[in-house]
Amino acid sequence: MDRMKRTPINEQAPKVRATNFEEVCLGYTEEEARIEAGRCLNCKNPMCVTQCPVSISIPEFIQKVKTGDFEDAVKIISKASSLPSVCGRVCPQESQCEGKCVLGIKGEAVAIGKLERFVGDWSRNNKVDLSETTTKNNKKVAVIGSGPAGLACAGDLAKLGYEVVIFEALHEPGGVLVYGIPEFRLPKDTVVKYEIENIKKLGVKIETDVIVGRTITIDELIEEEGFEAIFIGSGAGLPKFMGIPGENLNGVFSANEILTRTNLMKAYKDGYSTPVKLGKRVAVVGGGNVAMDAARTALRLGSEVHIVYRRSEAELPARLEEVHHAKQEGIIFDLLVNPVEVLGDEKGWVTGLKCVKMELGEPDISGRRSPVVVVNSEFVLEMDTVIMSLGTSPNPLISSTTLGLEINKRKCIIVEEETGLTSKGKVYAGGDAVTGAATVILAMGAGKKAAKAIDEALTV
Amino acid sequence: MFKITGKKLIAPDTYWMDIEAKRVSKSAKPGQFVIIRMDEKGERIPLTICDYDALKGTVSIVFQAIGTSTKKMAQFEVGDSFLDFVGPLGTASEFTLESQSELKDKKVMFIAGGVGAAPVYPQVKWLNEKGIKADVIIGSRNKELLILEEEIKAVAGNVYPATDDGSYGYKGLVTDLLKRLVQEEGKKYDVVVAIGPMIMMKFVTILTKQLGIKTIVSMNPIMVDGTGMCGACRVSVGGKIKFACVDGPEFDGHLVDFNEAMRRATIYKTEEAKIEFRKSEEHDGGCACAEGRK
Repeated sequence: MDRMKRTPINEQAPKVRATNFEEVCLGYTEEEARIEAGRCLNCKNPMCVTQCPVSISIPEFIQKVKTGDFEDAVKIISKASSLPSVCGRVCPQESQCEGKCVLGIKGEAVAIGKLERFVGDWSRNNKVDLSETTTKNNKKVAVIGSGPAGLACAGDLAKLGYEVVIFEALHEPGGVLVYGIPEFRLPKDTVVKYEIENIKKLGVKIETDVIVGRTITIDELIEEEGFEAIFIGSGAGLPKFMGIPGENLNGVFSANEILTRTNLMKAYKDGYSTPVKLGKRVAVVGGGNVAMDAARTALRLGSEVHIVYRRSEAELPARLEEVHHAKQEGIIFDLLVNPVEVLGDEKGWVTGLKCVKMELGEPDISGRRSPVVVVNSEFVLEMDTVIMSLGTSPNPLISSTTLGLEINKRKCIIVEEETGLTSKGKVYAGGDAVTGAATVILAMGAGKKAAKAIDEALTV
Repeated sequence: MFKITGKKLIAPDTYWMDIEAKRVSKSAKPGQFVIIRMDEKGERIPLTICDYDALKGTVSIVFQAIGTSTKKMAQFEVGDSFLDFVGPLGTASEFTLESQSELKDKKVMFIAGGVGAAPVYPQVKWLNEKGIKADVIIGSRNKELLILEEEIKAVAGNVYPATDDGSYGYKGLVTDLLKRLVQEEGKKYDVVVAIGPMIMMKFVTILTKQLGIKTIVSMNPIMVDGTGMCGACRVSVGGKIKFACVDGPEFDGHLVDFNEAMRRATIYKTEEAKIEFRKSEEHDGGCACAEGRK
């Protein structure tokens, strides 16, 4: 065995998976997991752990995988995270734990994410009981939003004995895990539902169909329902549009709409009433993970799909793995191209995307080379659907209905870095609602941090 | 689960339902709407709130059984439950934020087209509770399809029924009736609130612009989540993109791009469904507007 090389993992063949919504990656077998775990150097001073937003004892669980003690492995992970099967699939490990793996200097980093996923899946398949019983302390905490931030915060507080109620606006708990990330990356019924059930087993109650800011306000939760602290993990759900002419033509959608119809409402499945309608040729504008998700969803719904991105491949904000998978499946990348107008026919349906060519200039604040328009480079991409995937911002519903809750120019809730405490007493926040669109694991980290701060504040 | 506690047929294919939804009943205000999902495989259906009773913990809706989902909804009976019932969504009507002194001398005319009478009712009722009697035009295709007349009469000032075929009340378009009231009978209104089929609202706003009366309309576009997430419900208002679900559903009618809104309403209509849609439009009794049927 070459210690510098990763144990290969099975995936559905690109041509096959491009026509279905089944998971792309098939995961390690027990034997493969043990071989891969064997590559870990079990560093005395593990750099991987320092890069994990929830500080999982990575080498410790990997050693248990190596010796085949999978139940011990999951118990080690669950001290820090209740969502191993989720995070093993969607974390950007290459820029976190795996990014600092010593093996990565000369060869390939240990496949920490794939091992975490293996452990989570094994635990599910073998029905490992991870519910801990603690004596209740009779203190009530409300969590707004059942996405990664809210689930992490709620889980930790429940473990400490708090009575936790999560209020979820949609009909299904999970937030971005259910409405945003597609089935082929993160299976809903098996993986997401199961890990949420595990959090419920810790005693967390989830009330769906409650829109805080509309159905009830933060102040009412504190004053009328007796919650002693509130954690806001309402995410960043508001889609952005470009503000170019033709954006309201029939056939222009936000990535959120296509993903919500497909993932949450299951429009791709027979028997579900919600429609999803895409044309033969689809342009997805944007280069992030959500753009890749929307593009690969459109492909599976039968369209020819182009990613239209204004910078070059090196600047694509999406994870490398996602870009790689998208290319394998046949997504066409139109790079250094920026739309200036959506074109339509006399009935108001999209016919094309008028674009300009771009070239890269000096680096901007983000450190990425900024795109500059090439003079006289206008051209038209013939398209009948355009999906805008330009990022999202926090929903102002809560901030606009909660007196004393301060937000910044980007509509993000302002918090104390260390505790997640907002400008309003008893109210904490974390995740995308604070940072703007980021990752599942950063949101979980923020949820855990706030849980700790809430516990300290309520323990007098 | 949200239990149905009352159901009645108030016009052909038009149902009133009371649904047990404690939290929503406490927070609902005029102008807002709810989303219902009947069962696991159902879509999220936005419906305007027609009434609410915080004491009983119920919210009432009125809907027409015209599409696949609403026809299915019509089969639910008292004692059955909807899987999901979420709200109140959208912002409350502008006047609910105004002070009593701002409101007290205001002359308001509501124009309700077809099932548009349902969202008009709680607004008129709310104003009545503040001591303000608003006038209401209730328009429909014919007498049979005219709804909520008694309920509205009990809380309004003058109520003017209008039907296309003249089978009841004024014979003709709601716009012609409004014009007559203002120009011939010398009625003065500070604000018109028009709720009904898009084409009716469009022509009301064209008229009120000529008459110089501020006009509020309530948009009912395609939407999925209803919380600002999908952007399907975007409407151009004064050249800016607004989301009907969070910025609306009520907007300044003189700023709404109705042609775009009507076009966007057809996005999910296949050729087959379009035929069904046209039939239902003719049948909805909503619009007393000859232009709309061209």
